[in-house]
Amino acid sequence: MAIGIRIENLRKIYNTPPPSAARGAAFSFSWQRPSRAEKDKTKKKFELVAVDGISFEIHPGEVFGLLGPNGAGKSTTIGILTTRTKPTSGRAFIGEFDVWQEQVKAKRLIGVVPQRPNLDFALTAREVLLFHGAYFGQSTRERERRTNELLETFKLTDRADHMVRTFSGGMMQRLSIARAMMHDPEVLFLDEPSAGLDPQTRLLLWETIRAYHQLGKTIVLTTHYMDEADALADRLAIIDHGRIIAQGTPQELKSAIPGGYLLRLRLDTVPDGLLAEFEKLPGVSEVRAADHTAADIYADRGGPLIAAIVSATQAAGVELRDVHIEEPSLETLFLHHTGRSLRD
Amino acid sequence: MNWKTFYALLSRDGQVARRNLIPTLVQNLLQPLLLTFVFGRVLTTSGMMPVAYKSMLLPGIMAISMVLAGVQAVAMPLIAEFQFTREIEDRLLAPIETGWLAVEKVVAGMIQALVAGLVVIPAAWLTLGSGVTISFAHPLEFAVMCLLVAGFASAGGLLLGCSVGQTQIGLMFSLVLAPMMMFGCAYYSWAQLKSFPVLQYAVLINPLVYASEGLRGILVPDKPHMNVFVVFGALAVIDVVLMVGGLKKFESKAVS
Repeated sequence: MAIGIRIENLRKIYNTPPPSAARGAAFSFSWQRPSRAEKDKTKKKFELVAVDGISFEIHPGEVFGLLGPNGAGKSTTIGILTTRTKPTSGRAFIGEFDVWQEQVKAKRLIGVVPQRPNLDFALTAREVLLFHGAYFGQSTRERERRTNELLETFKLTDRADHMVRTFSGGMMQRLSIARAMMHDPEVLFLDEPSAGLDPQTRLLLWETIRAYHQLGKTIVLTTHYMDEADALADRLAIIDHGRIIAQGTPQELKSAIPGGYLLRLRLDTVPDGLLAEFEKLPGVSEVRAADHTAADIYADRGGPLIAAIVSATQAAGVELRDVHIEEPSLETLFLHHTGRSLRD
Repeated sequence: MNWKTFYALLSRDGQVARRNLIPTLVQNLLQPLLLTFVFGRVLTTSGMMPVAYKSMLLPGIMAISMVLAGVQAVAMPLIAEFQFTREIEDRLLAPIETGWLAVEKVVAGMIQALVAGLVVIPAAWLTLGSGVTISFAHPLEFAVMCLLVAGFASAGGLLLGCSVGQTQIGLMFSLVLAPMMMFGCAYYSWAQLKSFPVLQYAVLINPLVYASEGLRGILVPDKPHMNVFVVFGALAVIDVVLMVGGLKKFESKAVS
């Protein structure tokens, strides 16, 4: 039976710099500066709000994507759901089990592929899988059968008896995924699974995720790749600075973008009058100036607007340096909500 | 408590220990045996030390070997596994309470300490040459003593392994293990420190003192030693304190 996940008003505040578990680029975390009075009391008190009151529900048997830039709080959320991070407040449930109160029961239901491979370096690839099966109480015969199957699926059979520490990054990642599937968990967590993978392995990964989903399993994946979220996820939550800024199916999210198309202009200057001119163009729903040399135009069309934009800039005596048309995508959605690109 | 998982964790450590058998033995036994050879053979044969010193030395060497083996068997892998790569994570995700993983580490360390202790007796005996007289008249007391010594060594390894970072391993040896070995009453008995009254009482915080004195009391009862039952009590207290401290550290290290 497929297992759902529920998160209620989850917060995580780190009082010391977060360990490698939430190893995003720490600089983009939101910092809470203590007030002057507090500062005097406890000098140099470290406080980092990684997850700031998020709630969502993941339905049984769906592929759910957490999309956001580095340091948005994705890994911390996964850390809490997989019992590796203690929430400051709020609750999280895997099926009916509170992950903090009933850890062992929750752990039985989940498989985790971490952001960076954390394989047992003292073992061979085969042993990694065999012992993992043993930790979950599988019989000798069962775990041998499953180990051989997974080694085959992930094209590791010929390196099965080599020490894991000699593996390349891609092989380690494949073995991490095999390990997470070894005990046939009902919920599979993948934290940035395709980071650093070559395109071929990435496709293998997508196929594997889809195949596992076909078995009726719930899959939670974090990514900062738009196309990955779009291709795999049934539903998505977009997360930034520890808060959820939008959630829904990729289709719903994309149709929520005003206009759909985004035209990013670079100019030598952006006089206010010009922005007003842009707003009058057919199909334009929103115009935003970014810096003093750029403007973003949200519209229901892309290419057909270019001629009109060129005329408007010429009339204003402004030099148009670059036009970039972005089709409706999650990238534009993210940009719309945060004013930043995902890769910023 | 999930015995299947506990046993699987233990067999994983067993597999790793078997794979590293030779380097582990060398790491744990070479230094004590070199000391045995120099102090017990060279100095006695050359006449600088009485032959009776050999029997005095053997229990101390056994205590040192067990403590080094236990501490290193638990601390060194833990330090590595809690680093950057977080290798321990797959075992933290095993369906068992986090604390039991720490207990399993301690049990695995105790087994290695016991093996080291049992291997060092014949090895040291051979190194020392003739003139060693040890007694096995109290096997039960000997077994309990060995368990208590192995216990504090591995529990201490747990505490150290969760407190020390990879860059501080060298410091751990020179700041913790070296003074512990020098002031552990392994090469002399506690009673012989009476000319250094401050030192004599200061070394009482060193668990190795009780290990050496206890093993001396059982293996060479005719040599000066502490009361064996006082030693049992002290070691039991030390075992519990180190285990509780180690578990706390482990739990806080295991979860962010």
